Amino acid sequence: MLNKNIYLILIISLVFAISFWIGFNVNLLPAEASINAPIYDELFKILFIIGLIIFIGMSIAVIYSLFKFRKRNDQIGDGIALEGNLSLEIVWTIIPSIIVLLIGLYSYNIYDRMGGMKELNHNHEMMSSNTEKIWAGISQTSDNEIAINNLSIEVSAMQFAFLFNYPKGNFISGELHVPVDQKVSMKMESKDVIHAFWVPEFRIKQDIIPGQPTILNFTPTKVGKYPIICAELCGPYHGGMRASIVVEEESDYNEWFNKNKKPEVNL
Amino acid sequence: MTISIDPQKTNNESLQPKGWLRYFSFSLDHKVIGIQYLVCGFLFYLIGGTLASAIRIELASPMSDFMPRDVYNQVLTLHGTIMIFLWIVPVVNGAFGNYLIPFYVGARDMAFPRLNAVAFWLIPPSGLMLVASYFVDGAAQAGWTAYPPLSITTPQSGQIIWILSVLLLGGSSIFGGINFIATIIKLRRPGLKLMQLPMYCWAMLGTSLLVVLSTPVLAGTLILLSFDIIANTGFFNPVLGGNVVVYQHLFWFYSHPAVYIMVLPAFGLVSEILPVHARKPLFGYTTMVFSIMGIVVLGLVVWAHHMFTSGTPPWMRLFFTIATAFIAVPTGIKFFNWVATLWGGKISINSAMLFSCGFIINFVFGGITGVALAQVPFDIHVHDTYFVVAHFHYIVYGGTVFIIFSSIYHWFPKVTGKMLNEKLGILHFIITFIGFNLCFAPQHWLGLNGMPRRVAEYDPQFQFVNQISSLGALLMAISTIPFLINVLLSVRNGKDAGDNPWNALTPEWLTSSPPPVENWEGEAPLVEEPYGYGKEISEQK
Repeated sequence: MLNKNIYLILIISLVFAISFWIGFNVNLLPAEASINAPIYDELFKILFIIGLIIFIGMSIAVIYSLFKFRKRNDQIGDGIALEGNLSLEIVWTIIPSIIVLLIGLYSYNIYDRMGGMKELNHNHEMMSSNTEKIWAGISQTSDNEIAINNLSIEVSAMQFAFLFNYPKGNFISGELHVPVDQKVSMKMESKDVIHAFWVPEFRIKQDIIPGQPTILNFTPTKVGKYPIICAELCGPYHGGMRASIVVEEESDYNEWFNKNKKPEVNL
Repeated sequence: MTISIDPQKTNNESLQPKGWLRYFSFSLDHKVIGIQYLVCGFLFYLIGGTLASAIRIELASPMSDFMPRDVYNQVLTLHGTIMIFLWIVPVVNGAFGNYLIPFYVGARDMAFPRLNAVAFWLIPPSGLMLVASYFVDGAAQAGWTAYPPLSITTPQSGQIIWILSVLLLGGSSIFGGINFIATIIKLRRPGLKLMQLPMYCWAMLGTSLLVVLSTPVLAGTLILLSFDIIANTGFFNPVLGGNVVVYQHLFWFYSHPAVYIMVLPAFGLVSEILPVHARKPLFGYTTMVFSIMGIVVLGLVVWAHHMFTSGTPPWMRLFFTIATAFIAVPTGIKFFNWVATLWGGKISINSAMLFSCGFIINFVFGGITGVALAQVPFDIHVHDTYFVVAHFHYIVYGGTVFIIFSSIYHWFPKVTGKMLNEKLGILHFIITFIGFNLCFAPQHWLGLNGMPRRVAEYDPQFQFVNQISSLGALLMAISTIPFLINVLLSVRNGKDAGDNPWNALTPEWLTSSPPPVENWEGEAPLVEEPYGYGKEISEQK
């Protein structure tokens, strides 16, 4: 009996060790290019490790049972008439409940750190009042104060393109340019069907809905060019509905901005 | 009080065709209707599978080069709709439910035999109509979710036929649900207590409650959607002041429970199969019953987890996260109990057992990604990507379809009196298991790294992984061949099975194979311990 327990403990520790090793050494995610991304990857790692432990453990239990308790040719009759075990049932009700609850609380914490629970404020000159109802996106912000330097962009989506309106420069671009390490606040609306704004490297996604503006805030942290992908089926060319986001140093961004800026039209 | 009603069909029994012709008739025999459901569902599975192959051929290369883009969207819409509404739901509910439930409650037929036949005969015409809509003006192309405004702006005839077809199939499902509830509650043979019923009865009771509570919501929603399309109303049309997010709430109020409508019966079926082939009682009967009911209750309040990236306020996102994640608890209990059922048994390693164990492994995997997806911050990145595609195929294919095959291997001797060939069966399992995992496991990575779902073209960096996935799909297609050969050969030339080849204790085996029209020659037996394995012997000694 003692031997059996030692084997059991050995196997369980091995499962844990393998799961932790895979969890820490196998990277399944794309580059991290926003404040959200490392927070997301932290959650992913935890869920990945817990998932591996459960999956490997259950698979071993099933495969072991099939080998150990398989019916040999010379055997007749049935297995043991064991109909249940109340304490076992309680154990495997309570332990998963605790795990699920802890995961839930932890992901609440992650969501809060991403800014998901914060009041949304879309700081925008052209919006005279904030009375219209705006649905929530991820509100990526590290503090609650209204940052004056926020870059505000209006996104309109249509079959099958994104357009980015820079109200301060009075121009529209098909490519999204943003300076690195600055909070970007986007108000998005669709002209026709539902689209979605997704940048895998930023780990953010928000549907763009007709007749219902949505807001998405993010802060890019890594210079580079990343794909913007439409993630909601929007018609035949859905797969081709892509744009790029260019994250650049502030000086490069300013250069690009000034080149595209149109003078105010005075009538 | 339980009453036992003789089915009213006796008066026109002489009018019913005999032999194989009865499978093409408006038969009132629950066993005939069960087989009708199964064969009809399987034919639609072949159609849906062909469409899936077309999708995987298109995705074997990054360019959209195999079929036109709008046809691709029609194909994925039809694939989803056919697999859900014409294959999985009718087969795990209609086919096995009709065949088994009257046996399990000790009745000679279902409570409403005519309603039962009507429920089945709604399926072939609506299925054919759906497939034929492709030849009218193109089939629906807004996905099986038919989100407006896309479903309002795409070609109308296809979308309207889709709605009509889903409404009829939903009606069929509701008729079936009412019938199962009535049969399980009211037609139990005298002396048979609820807590003595085989687990599949409980699964079907829970499933039927979900069907009856949630399917009418889908019907109402689709009727409103059809008004928007043909009568220019503005329920969901933002141009006319409608709200597209409301549609999503109403749609998922049905369509999330629909997942449990597809998996709960499979949970019931595997609870019948494992004890027989492991020669052990089902572990933890009472907790299994309560966990089914727990899943039913929780399953009704988790729908908005499909909408974390739509317009949903933060508090709502949080509530649905917790509710969804908690479904893992009753579901987990069931899996622990199944493994405990295997533990210490005398397990026959046959096709039915292998498919059931494959189901446990696949479903645990799909369940784990499900708990991850329930977490809002996790979901926001992978929502509407191939990660989700992989997740739900692990649930509905790796889970339910594996159990459908397991059940066919288990009950084929009952229905035909012949055994299926074990070697072909094990070959079928091996190819299916490898093909399935090769097809869908890599898709998790695709989703995490930036491939959205429902696309005909993708970034070239994903080509290699997509080709692995397509290779898996090819194996899945090939796996159908040994299965079909096995069934077609065994139904005529299979080894004689005798009445009870598995020495099972559940009531359907306590009659001849195939069973007589009235199910038992004499009185229905009272089975108080459907899982009393290991006991008889100790009692005899």
